[in-house]
Amino acid sequence: MTTFRTPLGKVLGLGSARSGVHHWWIERVTALLGLPLVVFVMGFILATAGGGHGAVVTAIRHPVVAALLILAIVTIVRHMQLGMQVILEDYVHGRLVLIASLLANSLFCIAVAAAGVSAVLAICFGA
Amino acid sequence: MTEPMVREPLPLRPISPHLQIYRPMLTMVMSIANRITGGALYFGMALFVLRLVAAARGPEAFAAIDAVYGSYLGLLILFGFTWALMLHTLAGIRHLIWDLGRGLDLRSIEWGAVAVLLGSIVLTLALWLVILLRGHGT
Repeated sequence: MTTFRTPLGKVLGLGSARSGVHHWWIERVTALLGLPLVVFVMGFILATAGGGHGAVVTAIRHPVVAALLILAIVTIVRHMQLGMQVILEDYVHGRLVLIASLLANSLFCIAVAAAGVSAVLAICFGA
Repeated sequence: MTEPMVREPLPLRPISPHLQIYRPMLTMVMSIANRITGGALYFGMALFVLRLVAAARGPEAFAAIDAVYGSYLGLLILFGFTWALMLHTLAGIRHLIWDLGRGLDLRSIEWGAVAVLLGSIVLTLALWLVILLRGHGT
């Protein structure tokens, strides 16, 4: 593979700050982890479809189901936040508006994750 | 030649062409669809979590949510949500394959775009067949 480093960069011996691919990498990790989790969530939805409140609660009372649901929520929400960040950075112009929208993105994602995780825990521990 | 005192305005140079310049192709449409579905799923996830919260609050809240989700408009949105999820998931697998440095030749890329589109439709219909057979809105 050809190298993308400039001759000057090679001479100075200075590499990246090692965080350049962090966003990209976490997006891939959450995508890969998300694949089996999405299959699980679809299975959860199909298994509880038509069963009403009782079916959903009974399913979530199983600790493995609860754990996988929490893992799915956290993984998917992180992927959401990273993806929306790219969309905002592409289309939102103006520094202040961009910062505000990125902040709103993070807050929305934290709220969705917190609501989802606490709901699963509340059902699991029978509150 | 003397330098002009007032700088002339820059000539209107062609800038990098945007979307409307290009002939729409399936690969391009699928790339855009991946982003659009990602954005739609962003809000779709909130719908899923809302249902979990309703389940945690009790049977009444859950029934109220399911009445909304089980309405024709609700089902239409959930159907679209499912299709978006299937398309984004399959397109994501395609992206992960590309990240491994595989399937980057033209034939694979054309083939992959068709596979993602058809696969997402088939999976969506199959999932909804199961959901409807099991009875929705309860």
